[in-house]
Amino acid sequence: MHTLPRNEPGERHAAGRVKKHADAVVIGAGLHGCSTALHLRLGGLSVLVLEKDYPGRHASGVNAGGVRRLGRALEEVAMSMVAADMWKHMADLVDDDCGFEASGQIKVAESEGEFDLQKKRVAMLQSRGFGHEKLIDKTILRERLPAVSPHCVGGILVEDDGHANPFRTVTAFRRRCETLGVEFHSGAAVTAARQRHGNWLIETAKGSFESAMVVNCAGAWGGRVAALLGEPPVPVDAQAPMLMITARMPAFIEPVVGAQGRTLSFKQFANGTVLVGGGHRGRAESGTNATSLNYQRLAINAQTALDIFPIMSQARVVRCWAGIEGVMPDQIPVIGPGSEPGVFHAFGFSAHGFQLGPVVGRILGELVAHGRGSLDIGPFAIGRFADKGDATQHGARSYGG
Amino acid sequence: MTKHYDIIVIGAGPAGMSASRTAAAQGARVLVLDEQSSPGGQIYRAIEKPHNQRRRELGSSYQDGVPLVHGFRQSELDYVNAASVWQLSADLEVGYSRDGIAQLVRADRIIVATGAQERPVPIPGWTKRGVMTVGAAQILLKESSVVASDAVFAGSGPLLYLAVHQYLELGVPVKAVLDLTPAKNYLGALPALFGARADFAKILEGWQWKRAIGAAGIPLLTGVDAVRISGEKSVESVDYRRRGEWQAITCDTAFLHLGVVPNINISMAAGCDCHWSHNQACWTVTVDDWFNSSVAGVSVAGDGVSIGGAAAAEAQGGIAALGALHALGRIDASERDRLAAAYRIRLRKEMGIRHFLDLLFRPADRLRVPREADTVVCRCEEVTAGQIRETLDLGCCGPNQLKSFSRTGMGPCQGRFCGHTVSELIGEASGLPISEVGYFRLRSPIKPLPLKELADLAHSSKE
Repeated sequence: MHTLPRNEPGERHAAGRVKKHADAVVIGAGLHGCSTALHLRLGGLSVLVLEKDYPGRHASGVNAGGVRRLGRALEEVAMSMVAADMWKHMADLVDDDCGFEASGQIKVAESEGEFDLQKKRVAMLQSRGFGHEKLIDKTILRERLPAVSPHCVGGILVEDDGHANPFRTVTAFRRRCETLGVEFHSGAAVTAARQRHGNWLIETAKGSFESAMVVNCAGAWGGRVAALLGEPPVPVDAQAPMLMITARMPAFIEPVVGAQGRTLSFKQFANGTVLVGGGHRGRAESGTNATSLNYQRLAINAQTALDIFPIMSQARVVRCWAGIEGVMPDQIPVIGPGSEPGVFHAFGFSAHGFQLGPVVGRILGELVAHGRGSLDIGPFAIGRFADKGDATQHGARSYGG
Repeated sequence: MTKHYDIIVIGAGPAGMSASRTAAAQGARVLVLDEQSSPGGQIYRAIEKPHNQRRRELGSSYQDGVPLVHGFRQSELDYVNAASVWQLSADLEVGYSRDGIAQLVRADRIIVATGAQERPVPIPGWTKRGVMTVGAAQILLKESSVVASDAVFAGSGPLLYLAVHQYLELGVPVKAVLDLTPAKNYLGALPALFGARADFAKILEGWQWKRAIGAAGIPLLTGVDAVRISGEKSVESVDYRRRGEWQAITCDTAFLHLGVVPNINISMAAGCDCHWSHNQACWTVTVDDWFNSSVAGVSVAGDGVSIGGAAAAEAQGGIAALGALHALGRIDASERDRLAAAYRIRLRKEMGIRHFLDLLFRPADRLRVPREADTVVCRCEEVTAGQIRETLDLGCCGPNQLKSFSRTGMGPCQGRFCGHTVSELIGEASGLPISEVGYFRLRSPIKPLPLKELADLAHSSKE
C-alpha cells in the first residue's frame, strides 16, 4: 500500500453545464477498462471511467472465466506469461483473489493425428523459450481427468492455469479503483469527441468530460469509439459466444478442459455446477445489447461435452447465455496508441481477453505515462488494418521493449 | 426440417384452450403444448377424470371447465401433453421436451397462455418440510385424491377459502384457518365494490364459504398480521401474531397462500415488456387490446398477463386468437371485431370485480418482503433476505448484478420463487419504483434441459 498524490477528477462549470475533467478518461468499464484505470491511477493520474451500461455488463462479466496461457496465439504468449504471474498475486493488486483457482488447464487430443499437432505446437513453443505447455500421454491424462472418455489419447497441460470468477474480478478492479479515487459514470455512452487546446472533449449521455488522454477499452464497441477518436474504420465484429451451465453434479473434474480438434471450454465449479462453452455463436445486436441463442449450435457444443465426458449424460442444463465480444479478423486484440495525440486503444480481445485483463492495464499504464512499455505490442497496432504499408510503419513505431 | 405451424399455443388452461379452439375453428394449423397430462390448466386440473366430474365438493366453477375441455378435444389441432417448454425466442422458435426428446418447432404466431403460479410466501420457516402451498393441496386433491388431515391453512384470497371449503365438504378435519388479509384492506377496497359492476354472486359465495367454515367449528382467525413456521426440520407449529400477541398452533402440515401471480418466465425470456402492477403487487406483461406483447408475433393471454381468473382468461384467449388470425390474414378486421364482441362483453363483466379483489387481497408488505434477516428468499441457492440486503449495501444496484454477486435466482427454478421478492427488496433499498428496478434477465432453458436431449437436437434438425 502506498499513498497517492491527491490528484482527483475535478469539476468546472462551462456555459451552465457541469463538465468533469481528469488527466485521463477511460471509455468502457469492462475488465480492461477497470484494469487500465487502476494502473493509470497507480501511476498518479486522475482518472474518469465512462461506461455506456454498467461495469462488467458485457463480455467481462459473463465470460467463461478461463485464466489460461494454454493455446494462445504466439503474439500473445509473452504478455500472457506476465498476466499469469499477476493472477497469482491478484490480492496484492485489488485486495481480492477474484476467485482464481490454479486448477490447471488441459487441451485434450481425441486422435493420434490431433496428438501429433499438439507435439508440434509444444516443440514450437519450446524452440522460442516457452516451456509452460507440457505434453501429457494417455496415462497422465486419465490420472488428471478420470472422467475423460477412453478414446482420448493425450493432451497438453498447463499446470498453473485455471479459472476465476469474471464478475467478481471486474467488481474487485472497480472497487479498488473507486477506493483510490477513480470516478465511474454508468449510463454514459460516448456520443462525440473532439480535440481542443491539446485536450479531448468527450460528450456523453451523462454530460461532458475533458482530459488530455483517452483510452478506448470499449470491447465490441471499440470500433465505434475508435472512429469518434479519429481512427480510420477498424473491423471489429460483435459476436455472441454462447455458454451453458448445468445443475449441480457430484465433483468429477478439477482442471479446465478444452479440445484440440473441436471447440470446447469445460469446467466444474466448487458448487458442482458445470460450465460448458466452446465459442459457438448466437446472435449479437450491439446496438440494443441483445443476444439470442442458437440451439442447433448449442447442440453441437453439448455433443462435444458428452463425447469427451460421458458422465455428462446425467447433466441438466439450467441456463444458457451469450455475451457480446469484439472479435478482430486476425483474432488478436488492438493494443497501443492511436493515430491522434493522447489516444490509446485496448479492445477486440476476440473472446480470450479475460486472462490478459491485468497485464493490459499495466501496459496501458506504462504507455500513457512513459510513451513506451516493457512488452512488445507491435503486432496489436490499430494501424494493421489500414493497409499493409501503414501497418508496418505503425509496427516500426514500436513501443515494445 | 423444423416443423412449422400457423399458431403455437403454450398452455392448455382456460386461455390456451379457448385460443386454440378459436384458431382451429378458422382453419389455422395449431399446435398446443401443455405440461400437464390432460387439458384444463391449474383451475380445471384433471377435470377429465370421471370421479372429478362427479365431485360436487370441488365447487360449481370447477364444473365450468367441462364444456371448455370438451370443445377443445373436438377441435382439429395438434395437442402435445406432458410437454415441457424450455424456450421461446423472439424469432418465434419454441423448444420443448417430451419423453426424453427435445424438439424445436416454429410458427408465424405464438400465443403464450402460461397462467398463474402461486405467490411465494417468504415467511420465517417457509422452506421447512411439511409447508406447502394451497395450490399444492389442490393438485394433490384433484390429481391423486390425496388430502392432509389437521392442517393449518394460513393466507388470504379466494383460493384459500375455496380449498378449506373443499376439505370441509370432503369431511377432512382442518386445524385452523389464519386469515392474513390486512384489516385496512377491507376499508380500502370498499369504494371499488361500488365503483365496479361487481359480481355479487361471487362475493356471496365467498361469504358462504367463510360462514360454513365457522359453522363447522374450525377456528377462523382474522386480523393475523405476522406468521412464522417453527420446528426443527419440519413443521411443529404455526406461530401467528394477532392484536400484538404471538400464539402457536401445533400441526405437521401448513398450507400457505397469498394469491397468485402471472407465470411470466416464458414471456420475459422471449423479451416481452413487462411492468409492475401496484394493485396486484406483481409483474404483469404489457399487452395491447388484442393481447399482442411488445415482441412481434407473440401474444400473451389469460392469467399469464395479469390476474383475472378463469372466465376472463377464456375470453382473453379467444380475443388473442382472433387478433392472431387477423394478423395472419385469415380473417378481415370486421370479422375479427364481430367474433370478438361476445368475448369482450364477457371480459368486461369478469374484470368488474377484479379491482375490488386486488385491493382486498393485496398481501401486507411484510409478508411479501421479509423483515427478518435469516428468512430464505432464494430457495435454490439458499440466499436470505439479510444476505441480499448486505449485497445491496455494497453498491449492487439491480437484479442482474445481484445474481452475479450472490447467485440469487441462479438455481434450477430460474428465479421463479424469488424474482418478485428480489425486485421489491431492491425497490425498498434503492427507493426506485419497482418497474425501474426491473426483474432478472431470464435465460432459456426456462426449465432444466438434459444435456443429452440438447445434444440430440444436432442430429434431429438441421439449420
